[in-house]
Amino acid sequence: MERAEYERLRWRCIRRGLLELDLKLTRFLDQEFEKLTDEEVEAFKRMADMDDLECWKLIVSDQVPSDPHEAAVLAKVRKC
Amino acid sequence: MTIPVHKYDVVIVGAGGAGLRAALQVAEAGLKTAVLSKVFPTRSHTVAAQGGVAASLGNVTEDNWHWHMYDTVKGSDWLGDQDAIEFMVKKANEVVVELEHFGMPFDRLDSGKIYQRPFGGHSQNYGEKPVNRSCAAADRTGHAMLHAMYQRNVKANTQFFVEWMALDLIRDEDGDVLGVTAMEMETGEVHIFHAKATIFATGGAGRIYYSSTNAFINTGDGVGMAARAGIPLEDMEFWQFHPTGVAGAGVLITEGVRGEGGILRNASGERFMERYAPNLKDLASRDVVSRSMVTEINEGRGCGPDKDHVLLDITHLSPETIMKRLPGIREISIQFAGVDPIKAPIPVVPTCHYQMGGIPTNYKGQVIVPKGDEKSVPVGGFYAAGECACASVHGANRLGTNSLLDLLVFGKSSGETVVEDLKNNPRAHKPLPANAADVSLARIARLDNQKGGENVHEVRLAMQRTMQKHAGVFRFNDLLKAGVEEIKKVAERAKTTEINDKSKVWNTARTEALELDNLIEVAKATMISAEARKESRGAHVRDDALDTAETPAGRDDKNWLKHTLWYSEGNRLDYKPVNLQPMSADVESIALAKRTY
Ligand SMILES: Cc1cc2nc3c(=O)[nH]c(=O)nc-3n(C[C@H](O)[C@H](O)[C@H](O)COP(=O)(O)OP(=O)(O)OC[C@H]3O[C@@H](n4cnc5c(N)ncnc54)[C@H](O)[C@@H]3O)c2cc1C
Repeated sequence: MERAEYERLRWRCIRRGLLELDLKLTRFLDQEFEKLTDEEVEAFKRMADMDDLECWKLIVSDQVPSDPHEAAVLAKVRKC
Repeated sequence: MTIPVHKYDVVIVGAGGAGLRAALQVAEAGLKTAVLSKVFPTRSHTVAAQGGVAASLGNVTEDNWHWHMYDTVKGSDWLGDQDAIEFMVKKANEVVVELEHFGMPFDRLDSGKIYQRPFGGHSQNYGEKPVNRSCAAADRTGHAMLHAMYQRNVKANTQFFVEWMALDLIRDEDGDVLGVTAMEMETGEVHIFHAKATIFATGGAGRIYYSSTNAFINTGDGVGMAARAGIPLEDMEFWQFHPTGVAGAGVLITEGVRGEGGILRNASGERFMERYAPNLKDLASRDVVSRSMVTEINEGRGCGPDKDHVLLDITHLSPETIMKRLPGIREISIQFAGVDPIKAPIPVVPTCHYQMGGIPTNYKGQVIVPKGDEKSVPVGGFYAAGECACASVHGANRLGTNSLLDLLVFGKSSGETVVEDLKNNPRAHKPLPANAADVSLARIARLDNQKGGENVHEVRLAMQRTMQKHAGVFRFNDLLKAGVEEIKKVAERAKTTEINDKSKVWNTARTEALELDNLIEVAKATMISAEARKESRGAHVRDDALDTAETPAGRDDKNWLKHTLWYSEGNRLDYKPVNLQPMSADVESIALAKRTY
């Protein structure tokens, strides 16, 4: 991913409305992001685009998205 | 270099509850309005508010604004200005009903009226018994509020500048405010927003502390910008600590947990609140519980290897109760404490939650400063509302749900004042000073050219640890004195921060370095104001302020019934009287009394 695109994504993860997401998504970026496949990166971008409450509720739910890349990313975020 | 200039009637910095409410007022009046925000509006920190917004609608239990006013003055430990408090509580019903009309999906009674629930510190009949005063939209009150107002602003043609960071206030030779400089994150370019009126609604600065319930975005930018531009900051020693933030993470565990029977325990498993508050125990007010917890920790009865927290125990509640009555709590605990509260207690510590002080304003939202012999002279063209402002309605301690009310009432009133002023005194933009952007450009150039400087994260951490240790829940004379020296040292370090990435576009390292400048102003203001105030009042509690007949609970009205004003230049302090006089003849001044619950 290009530097500018990554930095934009980073800003949208480290400045959320909910502290819960700041913490989770920052950890995810620092620990997991580099290892993602291209499809997983796209899946993560969609997740980061969600409204704060929806995104947090998804993370703490036991939902498994039907898209396998989304499911993989979500599982990793949950562990961070 | 020519700097792009955007001309608007009104420029609002901040798109949280206060900024959106202000924007609506001016945009719907037909003024050309720009709103700047570091993030998409509905991601402002207001989204985190769940408890609700206070209004004496009396839909569930009898209520009226007199009782709400009394509770607010008492909560403020008499430091709140009674004219502003009267204004706020009288306007509460109007702004809440308006919000309902904007499409806010409040919880309802079968009759269709807005449902209201009780909340700490709000009472019927002057402290007699709890009252149902909080209006909420399930657990998404702040979220729903932002969405309703954002949609309406779009219709009203408010222009949003999203992912723009305001950097500095522009003032001319007369001291009037003519707008702000701001950096577009996508390009890294600095622009000027030239305005007839500038409204700050940038939220709080809770990230000055190591342990904070606030999201990372709360870096006190508006407060820092005002301080750098020579505006004093009011009552910055007053910060509300919430008793139950998850240890190490800060995430808030709501009061509801103790309401449902949660018990605080020390290292030996003792229910220590029985010793401090025999009647209310774990349900005593926020400051009492926070102080008791800190005493346990300071006296060596904390839990964990570092004995640095206590435990919030709900293991005696049934899993069904926890899942049904306390949704979300189990998940927060599992995610951030690594414990399932059904099986083991949650580690918690008192955590910085709310900034009572801020940019001084009157109830019209005008920023006011001392000038000559006068203590409260409006600054031309400058307004502020919400957590960044100090009206002062929360005084030395805020009641829960009064903050969302503050956003609505003073967001609206600042907008109304601007509309009135521009209608009564139609005028062109005052000319920009030639050096309007120099300060901001110099700050950025300094960062780009710094060699062998300090790491931003390390300086921020040093600041947060200093604030936590020296100006926390409980304050000690020697620690405060040392804290003043420490924070000045950290501030010196912040002057030489260095970033490795010098790219222009999307440089988050630069943005964080610029935010740090603002945090540092707030941290200095807090420490220096706290050291100077030799009494206990509301959230500012000193161990050396003695409980005597003259100074009940350490509160010294004879010497300290006054607002602090801290100036960045020379760390100078000034004081101004508290306005004990209500706005109208509808109510008498609420006389000083000892604050007991
Ligand atoms: C976890 C939690 C729960 C809470 N629950 C309640 C509750 O139930 N009831 C209640 O009354 N209060 C509650 N509070 C307090 C209340 O939520 C806040 O005081 C309030 O939301 C602050 O609103 P605001 O509009 O002043 O600022 P914010 O909502 O914080 O918005 C600030 C805005 O300013 C923008 N901004 C900041 N700096 C800049 C800059 N330099 N350039 C451009 N834009 C900038 C941001 O992008 C944002 O849009 C809670 C607080 C927390 C932390």
